[in-house]
Amino acid sequence: MSAETKRILLAGFGGQGILFAGKFLASLGLSQEREVSWLPSYGPEMRGGTANCSVIISRERIGSPIVSAPNILVCMNGPSLEKFEPAMEGGGVLFYDSSLINRQAVRDDISVFGIPATQMATDHQMAALANVVLLGKLLRETGLCDEGTAGQVMQDIVPGRKQDLLEANIRALALGFRYEAAV
Amino acid sequence: MASKVLMKGNEAIAEGALLAGCRHYFGYPITPQTEIAAYMAKKMPKLGGTFLQAESEVAAINMVIGASAAGRRAMTSSSSPGFALKSEGLSYLAGCDLPAVVVNIQRGGPGLGGIQPSQADYYHATKSAGHGDFRMLVLAPNSVQEMLDYAFEAFELADKYRITAMLLSDGTLGQMMEPVDTATKVPGPSIDKPWALTGTGEQRPPNLVNSLYLTPEELEGTVFVRYDRYKVIEEKETRYEEYLTDDADIVVVAYGAASRIAQNAIDAARRDGLKTGLLRPITLWPFPKKPLFRLAQKATAFVAAELSMGQMAEDVELAVRCQRPVFLCRRTGGVMITPEEVLQKIREAALGQDPAA
Amino acid sequence: MTIVFDKTKALTEAAMHYCPGCTHGIIHRLVAEALDELGLLGRAIGVAPVGCAVFAYNYFNCDMVQAAHGRAPAVATGLKRARPECMVFTYQGDGDLAAIGTAETIHAAMRGENITVIFVNNAIYGMTGGQMAPTTLLGQVTQTTPYGRDKALAGSPLRVSEMLGTVDGAAYVERVAVDSVKNVRGAKRAILKAFKTQAAGQGFSLVEVISSCPTNWGLEPPAALEWLREHMLPVYPLGVYRDKIGDEVAA
Repeated sequence: MSAETKRILLAGFGGQGILFAGKFLASLGLSQEREVSWLPSYGPEMRGGTANCSVIISRERIGSPIVSAPNILVCMNGPSLEKFEPAMEGGGVLFYDSSLINRQAVRDDISVFGIPATQMATDHQMAALANVVLLGKLLRETGLCDEGTAGQVMQDIVPGRKQDLLEANIRALALGFRYEAAV
Repeated sequence: MASKVLMKGNEAIAEGALLAGCRHYFGYPITPQTEIAAYMAKKMPKLGGTFLQAESEVAAINMVIGASAAGRRAMTSSSSPGFALKSEGLSYLAGCDLPAVVVNIQRGGPGLGGIQPSQADYYHATKSAGHGDFRMLVLAPNSVQEMLDYAFEAFELADKYRITAMLLSDGTLGQMMEPVDTATKVPGPSIDKPWALTGTGEQRPPNLVNSLYLTPEELEGTVFVRYDRYKVIEEKETRYEEYLTDDADIVVVAYGAASRIAQNAIDAARRDGLKTGLLRPITLWPFPKKPLFRLAQKATAFVAAELSMGQMAEDVELAVRCQRPVFLCRRTGGVMITPEEVLQKIREAALGQDPAA
Repeated sequence: MTIVFDKTKALTEAAMHYCPGCTHGIIHRLVAEALDELGLLGRAIGVAPVGCAVFAYNYFNCDMVQAAHGRAPAVATGLKRARPECMVFTYQGDGDLAAIGTAETIHAAMRGENITVIFVNNAIYGMTGGQMAPTTLLGQVTQTTPYGRDKALAGSPLRVSEMLGTVDGAAYVERVAVDSVKNVRGAKRAILKAFKTQAAGQGFSLVEVISSCPTNWGLEPPAALEWLREHMLPVYPLGVYRDKIGDEVAA
């Protein structure tokens, strides 16, 4: 696969919207006429256990759908960062929720973005959408798409009857897109 | 690609079945295939079909027998431990020459095993699905699109040959999402079923669907006739895909999810200058023996990559008639093989080592 | 010459394989006559069990399927869902229905599956040579209870009609016997009602027929009927155990 291939791993607790964020990325890839695959971890626990999700977006036929060495990693809890940071491909980009993970990344051969996503989402009365805040930041930093396109993809994957949810998701995307870290 | 939609593998199977005109689904919940039942439960009432959650795996397969005997396209789905229970019905389906489609989304075993992806039901599917002499036509998709395509195709083949067609897949393909084009499938001309139980209307002699023959010669005769039909299936319906095999010294053999992983390894091996290709069986029975034997005339070694302890590798050895060494790359119990592990075996094979060493 | 009686066309010409004195022949005839008289023969699909009645498919003059041991209600479910316009019935013995097929029986009743079950209870496995059935009486000697059925070892007889009488999905459940002319007539009436129940789309119907097995009981046919009356009927009282529809469809 070419370097352009995005091998994305999203990880956190069940219930944080890991699979949804992955589905967003797969849908984005599909809308851009790329080959895509989305593979969840699955387990007996429906909520609260660990969840992760592999997404590949490529111009070429996708072989293994399993992302073991991501070039984009999203972590929404400490154990995920512990487990997956060492596996990242050199030059990769890491996004993590700095309001849930109170340590820095250790790798110096990757780009790192700590975003207090849960805090930001809570401050805006959308505590369940920290995943989408992270997603917004990811889309901007990786250049996967602009804010307008992201809104359209969101419209495709949020059921039409849940209009409130769609609006909240679009606001959460905007928070992420516009977040600048106070370094 | 604009017409494509993202679907889970399990949902794609259900959609493929519906496109094939299946309106009778009988099943029992088990991870990791329950999305098939959920999809059917949602769709069937709107299509005037039957979705029935049976009291057991055994009951579900016997309900398939009933609906199939009545001349309808019927299916069930389950995962590994469930298929052990369905063995009785699979044997009766064969003995009665009834068409049916069954889907096994495999998980690790033996026993209750685990719920992670596995290919350890290969023997069960291809050699020993139940008591007595019989075969199932076993299809092994390796993408979500193929889950739909071969679920559809399975119904056509089942009716054509009055055989049970099994879709043998695993939790990875069942749970993953990929873009799927659903627009292309239209069932072929419907196949006449003069044997079906429809009520005689007192206009014709009764039809009988039966697998009991107390005279050995008579029973043997029915098996012989069935095996003549299996021969035709072997000749006409063996399916496989080749990837970079034209100049390959090393041929990897892998199906389903393992074939996707093998593809990465083959690409990596090519970058290292090792002439490596993939033969992917799409039908596991009939197994693509002839193309493997043909490849054995040029290739120096084979690598069987599977999520089981060498169940498929035996068929590779038989297919190449032990003329070339067959290296085995295996993980089981729900552990996936990695591209690195397959690549390592390709390197060993390229060195010409003895796989038994 | 006037024909005053004729064999029903719902039975084939095949000679039955049942032992002398066995009551399966009577029950076959009652089922066949019921289908014929109700004009349902052309729409009938029968499910043969495993057990003595395995060859039922040779005798009923309608479409038939032979099911695995105990699975007849599941096969019948598939048939009925696929062909709701057909009259689907199973014909099962006590081992088939009340041992290996208990789950299929109860759940077909639970779903209110619109099928008819003819349940022949003779308190023994006949085809395999006389082993204990779930309905074998306490103290009854069989090949596998050579010292008589011992409650401590093998439990007590299972009363299927009483049990199904508690299942909401069952529309009609009655226990009858074929030991006398009067009871045979009662059995015929019950079987007719069961098929009418199905024809009216009312749901699951089951007729339990208390029957004899002279061969495996080791008795002459008349003595077997006497034994049935004396020992089975007190344990398995005749009567209606569920009747959701009363005489509405029976009329």
